[in-house]
Amino acid sequence: MKSEMLQKHHIHINQKWCKGCGICVAFCPKKVLVLEKGKAKAENMEDCIACRMCEYRCPDFAIEIEVAK
Amino acid sequence: MKTTEYLREDKLPHIWCPGCGNGIVISNIIRAVDALNLKRENTVIVSGIGCSSRAAGYMNFDTLHTTHGRAIPFATGIKMANPDLNVIVISGDGDATAIGGNHFIHASRRNLDLTLIVVNNNIYGMTSGQYSPLTPTGKIATTAPYGNIDRPFDLCELAEAAGATYVARGSVYHVQQLKRYVERGIQNKGFSVIEALSICPTYFGRKNKMGSPVKMLEGIRDNAVIYNGKNKEEGKDKFLIGEFKNEPDREYTESYQKIIDSLKEGK
Repeated sequence: MKSEMLQKHHIHINQKWCKGCGICVAFCPKKVLVLEKGKAKAENMEDCIACRMCEYRCPDFAIEIEVAK
Repeated sequence: MKTTEYLREDKLPHIWCPGCGNGIVISNIIRAVDALNLKRENTVIVSGIGCSSRAAGYMNFDTLHTTHGRAIPFATGIKMANPDLNVIVISGDGDATAIGGNHFIHASRRNLDLTLIVVNNNIYGMTSGQYSPLTPTGKIATTAPYGNIDRPFDLCELAEAAGATYVARGSVYHVQQLKRYVERGIQNKGFSVIEALSICPTYFGRKNKMGSPVKMLEGIRDNAVIYNGKNKEEGKDKFLIGEFKNEPDREYTESYQKIIDSLKEGK
């Protein structure tokens, strides 16, 4: 069972702005993101290390990482 | 820090194609502005015409979307009128080096305190893919269906030779470097040129069968040579990412103010 303790960070994806280019999915070092119905989706959140590479490379300003305190 | 705080959210989503590098460059310019704590009321964004120049419309600063190739002259006017402003110019490869080419070299020569970010996607995207002065030799464009026979400028070498005091090249893959170079460019009191190597999946990519935006970013990753001050030769068939020049020199508005001051004193 995945403990809530492990769910450290949160990835906000603005579905209205995402154009599904797949850059975030391809360059996430931990393979956290997937494309679903042409939009990015955070699937394996427990692996996220909040490196923000998805946020920094998103061409659509659609991704925002909320780092757990 | 939220990128959206610096954007005009009512104008979004933007009109750029899926995977377009423009948004990546803009969000990293915003990160640089935020990291330097620049006051919004003291920061002006000026752009010319082209896909990348649409940036001015999306960024929530005092912005000026000007005529084709003339972003630097407009920015020059702003800076001369009020030297306390941080003036950032966002331009494309066609805008900055073709129609605005002369403004580019003379702004470099004068060393006026502007920060120019040239989003280089190798093509005129907005008008459907004509070759620009930065389209590599042999690449296909709408106006070069059998391959481009022109030789491209090396934008950074051109800026260095023309006298810009800060010159660097980042890319939409090398986003951390890009942000750092924009920061240093803004900090440099003088003319700073940052080339942001970008991708145009729709026109340049499709015509040259370069694949998806992801494939094009991988292409940038695989063909980049990180500049260490000695390896210029290695970058010959590839391209160099790095800082090429950081040599502050006498700045134009300061020299101008000195003239005003000396005349006021009657000397």
